Amino acid sequence: MSTEQIAQTVDAKGLSCPMPIVKTAQAIKGLDSGQLLEVLATDAGSVKDFAAWAKTTGNPIVEQSADAGVYRFVLQKK
Amino acid sequence: MTLVAEPPVPATEPAPAAEDAAEAKPRDILIICYSGELEKTWATMILATTGAAMGAKVRVFLTFWGLQSFVKDGKRITGQNVMQKMMSFMQRPGISHRKLSKMNFLGMGPWMMNKLAKQYNVSSPKELLEIAQAMGVEFMPCQMTMDMFGLTKDDMIEGLGEPVGAATVIALLQDGDAPLFI
Repeated sequence: MSTEQIAQTVDAKGLSCPMPIVKTAQAIKGLDSGQLLEVLATDAGSVKDFAAWAKTTGNPIVEQSADAGVYRFVLQKK
Repeated sequence: MTLVAEPPVPATEPAPAAEDAAEAKPRDILIICYSGELEKTWATMILATTGAAMGAKVRVFLTFWGLQSFVKDGKRITGQNVMQKMMSFMQRPGISHRKLSKMNFLGMGPWMMNKLAKQYNVSSPKELLEIAQAMGVEFMPCQMTMDMFGLTKDDMIEGLGEPVGAATVIALLQDGDAPLFI
């Protein structure tokens, strides 16, 4: 996904539960429907947590990857 | 030969289940914050902020030892009479003065816990409380506990809701709030 399409990035690297999710929820509030939010996290629990968050809030994960201990999620605001 | 009457056909088909049920608003959450230990206060704050982050309306009922965490950190002695003052002297109120239920060792345990939390970038209960308030988590002090410990509105941190009683808690549970007793 090209970076131009990403409206905002949340850098949650180094943060522990629950801050990656909390920061994501706060950031997505400021976006318009359809806009993309990129989240970078190093918390290993975030893979399951972001899946749960996306399911509950209805903001889907449109892209996901892991590289050298950094988990990247691209979420689309519903 | 008797004819068995056909059961009446319902006039209308049952309404199909809403397709967006999965996207329906999550259940409200009611945390009954009863305990005042550091680790339990931490759990309350983590679950409250996460609940709000997941789109749920979160309410926290503050009662017994749990209410002591919501006294201003700067207050040392609270209460109107000698016994209430002694209670606050024996257990310092405020969210930054919580003790561990195990391994407290005169404050060594909490000190190490806070040190580890900083090292691993875990937000403190105080930081999480501020975030929870900013995210719209509603904190409801228990009127009876306020009275019993001689606490006044001025003793408590800013932004708490009006004091309520057990009936408010039960009504929320009857409404289907997901309950957590911590």
